[in-house]
Amino acid sequence: MSRPKKSLRQSMAWLHTWSGLVVGWVLFAIFVTGTASYYRTEISHWMRPELSETPADPAAAANRAAAYLARQMPDAIGWSIRPPTAENPAVEVYWWNNPDGPYHHALLDPATGEASRARDTKGGDFLYRFHFELALPPVWGRWIVGTCAMILLISLISGIVTHRRIFADFFTFRRDKSAQRGWLDAHNVVGVLALPFHLMIVYTGLIELGPMLMPWGVQAAYRHDILAYYAESGIMAATRTPAGRPGTLIPLGEIVARAIDAHGESPEVVLVTMPGDAASSVTAFFEEPPGLAHLHPQIVYAGDTGAELSRTGDVGAATRTGAVMIGLHEAHFAAAPLRVLLFLCGVMGAATIASGLVLWTVARAPKGADPAGFGLRLVRVLNLGTIAGLPTGLAAYFLANRLLSLDLAGRASWEVRGFFAAWILAALAAILYPKAKAWPAALGVSALAFLAIPVVDAFTIGEARFLGFDAAMLVVAILLALGARLAARAPSRLRAARPNLSRTVEA
Amino acid sequence: MSTRSMSGLTHRLAVAGRVVLAAFGGYGVAALSAMLLALALPMPRSEAVSTGTLASFAIMAGAVVWVFAARTLGRAALVLGLVAASLAAGLWLAGAFSAANAP
Repeated sequence: MSRPKKSLRQSMAWLHTWSGLVVGWVLFAIFVTGTASYYRTEISHWMRPELSETPADPAAAANRAAAYLARQMPDAIGWSIRPPTAENPAVEVYWWNNPDGPYHHALLDPATGEASRARDTKGGDFLYRFHFELALPPVWGRWIVGTCAMILLISLISGIVTHRRIFADFFTFRRDKSAQRGWLDAHNVVGVLALPFHLMIVYTGLIELGPMLMPWGVQAAYRHDILAYYAESGIMAATRTPAGRPGTLIPLGEIVARAIDAHGESPEVVLVTMPGDAASSVTAFFEEPPGLAHLHPQIVYAGDTGAELSRTGDVGAATRTGAVMIGLHEAHFAAAPLRVLLFLCGVMGAATIASGLVLWTVARAPKGADPAGFGLRLVRVLNLGTIAGLPTGLAAYFLANRLLSLDLAGRASWEVRGFFAAWILAALAAILYPKAKAWPAALGVSALAFLAIPVVDAFTIGEARFLGFDAAMLVVAILLALGARLAARAPSRLRAARPNLSRTVEA
Repeated sequence: MSTRSMSGLTHRLAVAGRVVLAAFGGYGVAALSAMLLALALPMPRSEAVSTGTLASFAIMAGAVVWVFAARTLGRAALVLGLVAASLAAGLWLAGAFSAANAP
């Protein structure tokens, strides 16, 4: 790199290759789980088949939830209550007595205010949180994901500089010329086709984590009063300073009723700050208004009297720009057709990463009888373990949801253990398998695992409302099977090649 | 990619130096920019803070690309150092160091 005559394109090609490689495996998992998270609600519904859509009164449900929460932790400093809606028929509550967590969580039956009878599962939230926390302690996971995102941004920029002929290359697909050519062209096609999405999703992802990754602007202007920034910018309505002596909350249902009167719709979430304090605050968060920006209107009420204290005001251009970026990333605005398109873009992102990882090994495959070096073998093993192993883990997560006993203690954690155990087993098995057959075998196993999901669902639950989800699992299984078939057919030198491209397409 | 022809240890050290400079120097320049924008932009301070944070990631990416595009490691370090020094000078003028909370 320090050689004087190197051109910019050569430096950028080097940067693209190596920055993409070092974080490629983590990024692949981030893209797959993030793409699945576009359907987080649908996944959660499928994983809690006991919940049916029964309309419930949000105010009465809030009263029962408050009674439940008051029993759980007398010294809680915060409660969060999501009243029931047609989409989410259970009441979701969180409570905590330390701002750094842990955040305790429960689903309540809106009719009784007791823990819901729905099976214990993390549902789609597990995949959603894995997407930005990797199932690690939140701060660690988010910093790792944020670092990977920054490296991906740099990889995208250097990749664009490298592909000077970006438009012409897009129409080039030399499938039969050589393995390396075919993989390079495949990487270019999926990379360039969804390039606006890739750039958007990585930058908006960094903005999502911005307050943690880059707190220095807030620190410089607000010193240590970070909440003042959120209040001044219009992101959050200010709550009261706690009085430091005990007090009583009025029934939460009354506040919910006032919020419905004031805003014309039921709040999406009710947040109680310092529930046991004489100066407690109750914040009603409403659904985002139509549009791109991720800005929830809020009204804050006094917990002891129910009087309105404050509400969110206007948001300036810069803050709104940030909110639009976050809105674009989360895609709450996207109706079904756009959601499908975004899902496909996410799939293409995963395919770009997977084809880039495979390309790295194909480009360095030893000629003739030379033995493969340690680095090459390591990358091959990690490629197999990640790209071919993760789908099996995902299928195991869904299968565990249907097959684990409903009375199992810590059931939700066992589902997650099933996910990791299947992923690790699939990876180990693929690595120990003879090299030439490892890709078709690993993809075949994951295809069978996905095929099992609709079958098992039909025998355990068998409800018509889950046909859509089961059909989607079937499509994934078919794509994985096609990938396995392509991998088996490809000449031995291309062994690592085509299979997993179509494979990632399903993920 | 054409790195194979380079003499082993020197090359590796130069690459490691660039990685370290890109990570810490890039983040440092981005953090200083976010602070300076937050304090110096002529708009309400919450807006200035938002602008600085939004821009900081693009600034970091630009700094990293520069570190790898520069002809030599020394040149990359020199330019990045000068940029950081001017940002710090701007921050000093904007009064960021008057109370002890600089990062």
